[in-house]
Order: sequence, then structure tokens, then C-alpha cells
Amino acid sequence: MTAIRSEIRFLLNGRKVALAEVGPDQTLLDFLRLDRRLTGTKEGCAEGDCGACTVLVGRLSGGGLVYEGVNACIRFLASLDGCHVVTVEHLKRADGSLHPVQQALVDYHGSQCGFCTPGFVMSLYALWMREPQPTDRAIEKALQGNLCRCTGYESIVRAARAVSSYGEAGADPLAGERETIIAGLKAMRDGARVEIGRGRERLVIPAGVDDLAAVLEAEPDATIVAGATDVGLWVTKFMRDIALVVFIGGLEELRTVSEKDRGLTIGAGVSYSEALPHLAARIPALGPLIDRVGGEQVRNMGTIGGNIANGSPIGDMPPPLITLGATLTLRQGRKRRTIPLEDFFIAYGKQDRRPGEFVEAVHVPLPDAGTHFAAWKVSKRRDEDITAVLGAFNLKLDADGKVAEARIAYGGMAATPKRAAGVEAGLIGKPWTAATVERAMAAYEHDFTPISDMRASAAYRMLAAKNLLKRFFLETSGAGGPLQVSRDEAA
Amino acid sequence: MTRHETLDLRKAKIAGGVATDRRHDSAHKHVTGEAVYIDDMAEPAGTLHAYLGLSEVAHGTIRALDLKEVGSAPGVVAVLTAKDVPGVNDISPAGLHDEPILAEGEVQFLGQPVFTVIAETREAARRACRLAKVEYEEKPALIDIAEVEPQGARLVTKPLTLSRGEAAEAITAAPRRLKGRMRVGGQDHFYLEGQIAFALPGEDMDVTVHSSTQHPSEVQHMVAHALGVPSHAVTVEVRRMGGGFGGKETQANLFAAIAAIAAKRTGRPVKIRPDRDDDMTATGKRHDFLIDYDIGFDEEGTILGVDLTYAARCGFSADLSGPVTDRALFHCDNAYFYPAVRAVSAPLYTNTVSNTAFRGFGGPQGMLGAERIIDEVAFALGKDPLEIRKRNFYGNGTRNVTPYHQKVDDNVVHRIVSEVEKSADYAARRRAIAAFNAKSEIVKRGIALTPVKFGISFTATHFNQAGALVHVYTDGSVHLNHGGTEMGQGLYVKVAQVVAEEFQIDIDQVKITATTTGKVPNTSATAASSGSDLNGMAAQNGARQIKNRLIDFAAEQYGVPKEQIEFLPNRVRVGNQEILFVELVKQAYMARVQLSAAGFYKTPKIHWDRDSGRGRPFYYFAYGAACAEVSIDTLTGEYMVERVDILHETGKSLNPAIDLGQIEGGFIQGVGWLTTEELVWDGKGRLTTHAPSTYKIPLASDRPKVFNVTLADWAENAEPTVHRSKAVGEPPFMLAMSVLHALSDAVASVVDHKLCPRLDAPATPERVLMAVERLRAEMGA
Repeated sequence: MTAIRSEIRFLLNGRKVALAEVGPDQTLLDFLRLDRRLTGTKEGCAEGDCGACTVLVGRLSGGGLVYEGVNACIRFLASLDGCHVVTVEHLKRADGSLHPVQQALVDYHGSQCGFCTPGFVMSLYALWMREPQPTDRAIEKALQGNLCRCTGYESIVRAARAVSSYGEAGADPLAGERETIIAGLKAMRDGARVEIGRGRERLVIPAGVDDLAAVLEAEPDATIVAGATDVGLWVTKFMRDIALVVFIGGLEELRTVSEKDRGLTIGAGVSYSEALPHLAARIPALGPLIDRVGGEQVRNMGTIGGNIANGSPIGDMPPPLITLGATLTLRQGRKRRTIPLEDFFIAYGKQDRRPGEFVEAVHVPLPDAGTHFAAWKVSKRRDEDITAVLGAFNLKLDADGKVAEARIAYGGMAATPKRAAGVEAGLIGKPWTAATVERAMAAYEHDFTPISDMRASAAYRMLAAKNLLKRFFLETSGAGGPLQVSRDEAA
Repeated sequence: MTRHETLDLRKAKIAGGVATDRRHDSAHKHVTGEAVYIDDMAEPAGTLHAYLGLSEVAHGTIRALDLKEVGSAPGVVAVLTAKDVPGVNDISPAGLHDEPILAEGEVQFLGQPVFTVIAETREAARRACRLAKVEYEEKPALIDIAEVEPQGARLVTKPLTLSRGEAAEAITAAPRRLKGRMRVGGQDHFYLEGQIAFALPGEDMDVTVHSSTQHPSEVQHMVAHALGVPSHAVTVEVRRMGGGFGGKETQANLFAAIAAIAAKRTGRPVKIRPDRDDDMTATGKRHDFLIDYDIGFDEEGTILGVDLTYAARCGFSADLSGPVTDRALFHCDNAYFYPAVRAVSAPLYTNTVSNTAFRGFGGPQGMLGAERIIDEVAFALGKDPLEIRKRNFYGNGTRNVTPYHQKVDDNVVHRIVSEVEKSADYAARRRAIAAFNAKSEIVKRGIALTPVKFGISFTATHFNQAGALVHVYTDGSVHLNHGGTEMGQGLYVKVAQVVAEEFQIDIDQVKITATTTGKVPNTSATAASSGSDLNGMAAQNGARQIKNRLIDFAAEQYGVPKEQIEFLPNRVRVGNQEILFVELVKQAYMARVQLSAAGFYKTPKIHWDRDSGRGRPFYYFAYGAACAEVSIDTLTGEYMVERVDILHETGKSLNPAIDLGQIEGGFIQGVGWLTTEELVWDGKGRLTTHAPSTYKIPLASDRPKVFNVTLADWAENAEPTVHRSKAVGEPPFMLAMSVLHALSDAVASVVDHKLCPRLDAPATPERVLMAVERLRAEMGA
């Protein structure tokens, strides 16, 4: 019998907090602002897009302690069990002097109206801790999840470049108290399941994956929350009743990435940020793609498992993973089944997940040396935007230069992530030439009937989808000049 | 950070005088989260929260409004509808009685407030709103202005015609003629702090409202009307806003009125803060425009005559659409002389949210029309648009009369443009880009250099006045208050610099205090870039009154002529001796000299007769220019701003660091407007881009890769403004036109610049790609 605890425990700015009264959908931001009156953390959008609510969450990972910026507005309070929450109020020194990040922002005129500023402070703080001498690109990536409407960012970037001249990251209080915090967090780990509330109005943090399986067998309709980057909006925007909620984000067993038999197995609780180095190392084309998923805070919270399990037609990971031939392991109780990822998506809002079942892991076969693979996202704004069209291509040529294998999948083109079956058929067995590609284009009209919405018109989606194949062809065959605009190359 | 430093009695300059880089007065509180915004204020016990119930249809009659379940929901204290407004149910800033606080009988846009729930918590109020049962009898709704035939269309306010010379004849007689239409999108303000008001009921009829507003006096008047009480019963206070940009010039009225009504009704403090989605749905934005142009020009590219119609989507009420569309016409020339011109506005009624002020206030849309005309002429003649721009600039002494008959007599556009042309190495880069494009199949580059000439003053002459209140305490410290509001633009610190300079005391001695209608009355909105021009002068006037009294006192006390009294840093020279400022103040107090003054300022020289379309609406013009280079992907339409060079003049800047921030920030905000910020309404009139997930303002990674911004150090206002500085809030916004035109230039490269791309705004990747496709198709045809 698993032990049950009826309170959550975490550290808030270095001090222990134990709460027995926690709503299943109570957000960290509301807790900070309304209950604790820590009003430095702001609400700008309540959907994880503006970053005004950025706080750092420290959590134990492989014996160490990792601090990551997250959006407090869509982070559920209960999911902080066993973590250290650091808000902007924690930065000023006891003598009243400012933290290096804060002083740099002051000196470089990095704030105007000031409302977004605490969020920028926290994002830059996280950056400084992991990369004290950041490149401009690193600064931009660290700020993808922070909106400022006043400064045009130039002064903020100037400040970010200068932070290290104000102090050493190693001398930072969070570095100094590291061991104490690790000890404090370890002491909170009692291996118990957390349950708070009654009946449906309840939240559960399972003790482990086996416990999760047991909880879901008993409560097959529960809402499973990993990173909350989607479910958070169900609450803040749609005011949906999500109870009973099962939080799986803290389950270390689901936060593992392993490599075996030329394939990566990614646990359902692995965030984008955790998966990125593994995926980018083995499948380089996925690195730049993941950089364009949400902002840093969303990538720190959001999981690849969740991106799959929620079944969105515009999730960024399913198309490339489908073309790579990924499979999904679903678990119900002790039973596991593994299915091709593409079969998981049945129709809009409908996935092949049975009651009580949960996504445990996704397995990604690594492409062979001779494989051409690419995945590109097209969106209105380059970073931190939702996909208008995303195309993924996996192609193998035979010795004669003919297409031996082709797997092509798109997001944003149908009600689910979908293979371009007709296009693939038009390519396979043909010489990989511009003429073949041109002829295969006609099949797009059969494969897809995209919609028009606020992100793009159907006509644009169709044209861009076709042109991505063209880009893929040019990338594999060469063309005059660059094939894409680039942030990385000098002006 | 505001610790008092030891006074240095020999120092040559005070700390924080004018023309120095002084950080924002709240910077140290911004970074620590200690700066208090309204939602951060401690709530008195018993505080209630209000939430708005919004219309679900764009146009219709309310047949039944069943709020029983709303009223009995947990935590709900009261539910208000139009009949609960004790005074006048109207917040029309134009005085047209066309904008109810809560809808009465009819709704005119999807998102219009219909009722208000007051509850113990915001969550309870918000949840209860969803329990309303409202039956509408839907009526046909007018959403998109492209569907409107301007002739005979319903207008929300009286249109304006500007006319000089015989445009029709000039166009007909011109060697070349062209007609076209441009579509220019709107823009959401996306202030990071959303709309909010917090009302505290007082004795008798009194109420104090903390409002995130650029216009406390108007909020005061609106609240008084809504409550049916005199203005003296209402005090409105604003310490700071988390951004405004025009979005809190009139749009704060609704929330303040609701909070005040609810507070007086319940006798408890009431706060109202809509969710971002509701804020974006229920509050006005920048107007989108359709610009029709008919132009005549000669073979060299000199414009001979223009006929322009600026049709704007105004929404269901006038709000500020009259002055906004007027200002569009005032800027239909940008920096160009039109020998004969006729320009007409069409402020169209639509069943959408009532559009409002936004940085530039119609000016940006007006100027885009002028720049499109330049593009048309250039492409028609196969010339570089920059050549056409220069050819048509206003002259000095000649060719210098605007369409509204004001002479441009402070013209520096030639110098600014030629300096940018040089510093950006325009000619060489244009050649390099042509060479790049010849070799690059997919990615194409483009470049453009565009000028800005922006008129400074409220076009309603009476708004060009300001007040300030200055107290000098006996310890030599100064309390400063004025009618301007702080929304991040650095107004407070600039005005404090002016006062510090006037008294020659360190700026730490000057306490900047929250704007409140109780201290300075009858103020104008902090808008039209006028904040420091008006309030700086008013504060200077207040300080100078006290200073003159101190001089009179010292002259008498020490028996020296007034000319021998001089204010030095933190001290005063009286004849042959120097005494501390604070000592002189103490002595003056003992001698019963008044150490408090109300300052006042009104802008001289300006006048405007709207009926005849003649006058001098602007005290002066502000100038700048930007050169932008972009790259576009002709397969997806995605783009990158590679480099931007800006030269902008702010006269003799009061605070170059703050002005630089305004230029950089204004420019990027303008780039957002012209590129990724797209407002989309569906067929039912529902705004589908109502949150940052769907409405995309620029990110740090959307900045130009190379961004060179320079303030013209040689500049000085020709008019005697405060220390000869110039306004800076709005003008830099329009420097972003360079990016749209660089995109246009890159698109045109796919047909060797033989066709005008007519790239509309916002130039989303989709619009860029579709323009590429269209040009290729036209070229092939």
C-alpha cells in the first residue's frame, strides 16, 4: 500500500511551505499574488505567452539541482511539490543592493513601463546562471518567452550582454545555498502519493509510474497534467473544470531519455528543454525546430509526451516523429502496447488512448547515414508562435538516385498530423529530380484540404506546404544562394 | 537608490539636469518588482471584484436578459445592468452620446459590455458571468470596411476634407496618372498591464479611483457623469501604467466607471481587471484603413496632383475617430510637397469594437499612403524610390505649404535623409543587394530609406495646455506634480530634470508624485507626444515663479540687484557670497515668502479651422529617417530584418538615453504593426486574434540584426520649447515604414523591379509570399 500524504511541500524563496489546502486547478501565480502577496510577479496574459509571470523553479534532477524559468500563470501550484520556487523578490541582497541582472537592466535603461521587467529579470537570471557569457543568439533564445512592448528589446539585450561585468554567477546566492536547498528538497521526498481534496475535486501526485498506472485504473477520466502548457489554458481561458487532476511532471521515471538499438526512447515527462540536447545531437535538424517551439519557459515545462498525447493538429513534434517512424508506448495498469505514432491520431480531438491508459514513452528511430531528413515550421512570427504549416521529410535514395523511401508528414494541414501519402507515392521509385518533385505536387490537393483561420489562409498553407517540399529538394540537390532567411548569419 | 548624497558645494553641474542621460525614475523598482501597479496595491478588507459580461453577437437587439443564475452564483454580491447606472449611461469622449457603459436594448459589436457581476473574488465574478442567459435578435452586421461603399455609408463622425489647388485638374493634365488602393491593418496596443481600475468609496458622494489611464481628467469627468455627481466628488489617481500607447487615453473610462458605480452601490472597494482576451475583445485598437489614391506626375517623378480617400474602420461609436482620421489626412503628405491636393476622410461605422488612439493617432496610416504613392511613381518610371522621395521633399522657402495651408518652416528632412544615406552606405548596398539577388534563387534582399515628418500638437487647440504644482519645503526638497501621466515613456524623470535644472538642485531633491486630479485639474491626456512639451513647460513655470520670489526676497534681504543673483548647483550666488539653496529657502520661509506655485503653460501660435481646412495645427514638426534592409524567403514568405540605420531628431534632447529608448521601442512597435501583428475578425465579427498566442507582437529575435540608432546632435527646436527639445513619443514609430518598403523592394526583385508590389500591411509572411506569386503571375501574363 502506497503511503498517502495530504499536503504539498516546497520551498518558496528558500523557506519551507506546506499546504494542505490546494485546489486542483490553483495556479502558482494566483498563489504568489493573492495568497502570499508577492506582487512582483505579474499577470500579463494568463496563457504562458508574455513571460511577465516568469519565476524560477529549482528541482532535483539526477542528484543535482536545476533552475528553470517557468510561466507561473499556467503552472499549477500542486505541481511544485518538492521544488524550490524563486520569485523576483528573492534577488535583492540583504543590504538593499541590486542583483547583477537587476543593476545591468537599470544601467542600460532596460525598463520603460516596467511591467514586463520582473519577468525579464528572471529569464536573464536563468540564462546568466547557465551561461554567464551568452552570445546574442543565446540571449534572444532566452527571451523568446518574454514580451516587452516598450523598449524594442535593444536596451534589454545590451544589459544582458553586460550582466557578468556586475558579478560572478558563481558568487550568486542561489549558487551559494545550493547544497542547503538540495538537502531541503531531498528531505521532502518521502515516496508518498499526494492526495488533496475529496471525490472529483481532488488532485493526485502519484508516488511513481506504477502508482500512476494504479491511480488511472481507478480514475480513468482523470485529467493528466505533465507540463500544463496546454491544460493551463483550459483553466485560465476556458474555465473548464479539470478535476480530478493527476500530476505526472514530477515523476523522475518518466523524465528519462535513453538510447538503444539506434533509437531514442523519450519518457512522457521529458520536457523540450531536456530532450533538446539528445535530439539535436542525434537528429540535428530537430535542434532549430525545437528552438521555435514556444518560448524558453514553455520548453522548460512542456513535454514531448504531452505534445503528442493532447492530439493537436498543430503540435510541432508529431510530424517529424511520424516521418522518422516513431512509435508510442501506452500503458494501462500493467499492460503496455506499442503503436506507430501516426496511428495514435484518429481524428480531430480523438486519439487512440483508452480509458485509464497513459502515454509512457515515445521511441524515435535514428535516421541512417544515407537518409535525408528535414523538418521546418512556418509561422507568422518566427519564434514563440503556433505553427501555420509544418513539413517534415524523410527520404532515402537508392544507388541510381531514385527515391527508395519517402515519408512526408505535415502539421497544420489537416485535423490531425498527417502523412502526405499521395505525394510520397508520387516520389517513390522515381528519380529525385525537379521534374519528379514538380509532378508530385499535384497530389497535395488530394492529400490535404487545409482550413483558413487567423494563422493562415488555406491557399497559403497549401502553397507553403508544396514549397517546403521544393526547399527539401533544393537542400538535397543544391541551389544558388541560401535557401532560408537566417537569424544565425551576420547581416 | 534615492539616498541623499552629501552636497558638493563646488560642483559645476547638478546631478540630473537637462540634457543628461538619466535613468527612469522607477527603474530600480521595476527590476525588483517593487514598483506598484494598481493590481499590486494592498486591498482594503472587504474589497470586491467586478467582471464584465460581454455581447456574444456583433449586432442585435437584446430580447431577454436572464441573470438569475448569475446573481445566485457563489460569491456574487450584485449584478448590474444599464438601468443601474445612477447618472448618465455614456462614456463618449466626443460628447456624442454614442457609447453606453453597459448596452441598453441593443448591442453593436461582439464583446460589448452588457452587464457586470460584482463578487467576493475575481474568479467568482468571472465564473458567474458565464451563467447569463441572453437572447439576441441578430441583425446584419457590418464587419469589414472593404464591403462598405463609402458613398452614402454611415459615418461615426463628420469627415474632413483638405484641399489646396485644383487636384482633379492637375491630375488630368499630368503626363502620367495612376490609381490604386492600399489596405493598412489595425493594431492592438498590447500594453503589458491590461486595463484596470480600483475604486474606493468615500463620504457623501465621494469616490477615489485608481485608474490605469493616460487621461485622469477625462476619467474623472466620465465617472462623475456616470454617478451623476459633480466632478469635485471624484478623485482619479495614476502613479504609473504598465504601458499605454494610446490604448488608455479613452479606453480606461469604461473600467473606471464600472468600478466607481459598483463601489458606490456596495459601499465597498471594487476592483475590475479583465482577462487579456476580454481586454483585447472589448477595447479599441488602431484603425485599419483603405486608402484610395489617384495621382498625376511627370516623367521625372515630380508629383503634380493627388486625390486621396482615407476610409477607416471606426467601429460602433465615434470615440476619437474624428481626430484620428483628421490626423491621417494631416500626414497624407509625410515629407512631400503636393502642388495640388484633395484628401478626404471617411470615418466608417462598423459593428466592431470602437477604434481609438494608438501612437501616431492616424498619422502612420496617413503617411503610408504617401509612401505608397512614392512607390507607384518610382516603379512606373523605373527609378529608385529614394530618388522620387528626394525629388518631392518639401523645400525651404518654396514648395513648403501643406495640404492644410500651414507652412513647413523648420524643414530638416534633406539633411537627415542625406546623412542616413551616407551612414547606411545606401547606394553601395543597393548595388550589392542587386548582385546578391542575381545569384540567389530563393532568398531575396531589399532595401528602403524612408523619411518621417510628424506634426506636434493636439489638433484640437484647447488641449494644448498643462498645469503643474510645485512645492519647495523648508529642507530644500521639492514636491513635483503635474498633469502628465507616466506610462513608461520617462515623462516623470524628464519633468523632474526640468525642475532640478530650474532650481539648480540635484534631481534626488525633487520628489515625483502620482498624477491626481486633486492636485492639478482639467488636464489633457498624456498623448500626441506632448507630455514633456506641455508638462515640462508648466512645471518650469511653477518652479520659475518660486525662483523669482526667492530672487526678489534675496535682493531685498541682501541689498543686491537681482541681476547679481544666480542659482548655482545646490547654492545661490547673492552678490559676492554664496549660500546654500536650502538656506535661502529657510530664510524665505521665515520671511513668509510663498514657496508653492501652480505652473501653467499653453502652446503659442497654433490655431485650426476645421471647416475651412486651414490653419496652423502644429507648433512644429519632428523629423527622422530610417534605412532598412531585409531578406525574404520566396518559398514561404518568411523574412528577416537584416540591418536598420536610423537618424532621428528630438531637438536638444532633455534626456538622450530616454529618447533613444523611445526611438528604438517606437520603431520596433511600428515594425510589429507592419509585419506580424494581424487583427483577424471572423464572419460573425468575433476577433480571433485576442491573445498573445494568436496576436504576434515583435520579440527580441525580431530586432534588426544590426541596429544603428543615432540622435541628431545638431538638432534644436526652432521654437522656444522646453530647453529647445522636441517631442519623441510618436514620431519614431513611423520609421518602421522603411521595413515595409524594404520588404516591398525584395518582393519586387522577383520581377526585376518592373512591377509595383503594392504590398499591403501588415506584411505577414503570407502577404509577402502572395505578393511574390502575384507579381510573377502578372509578369508572366
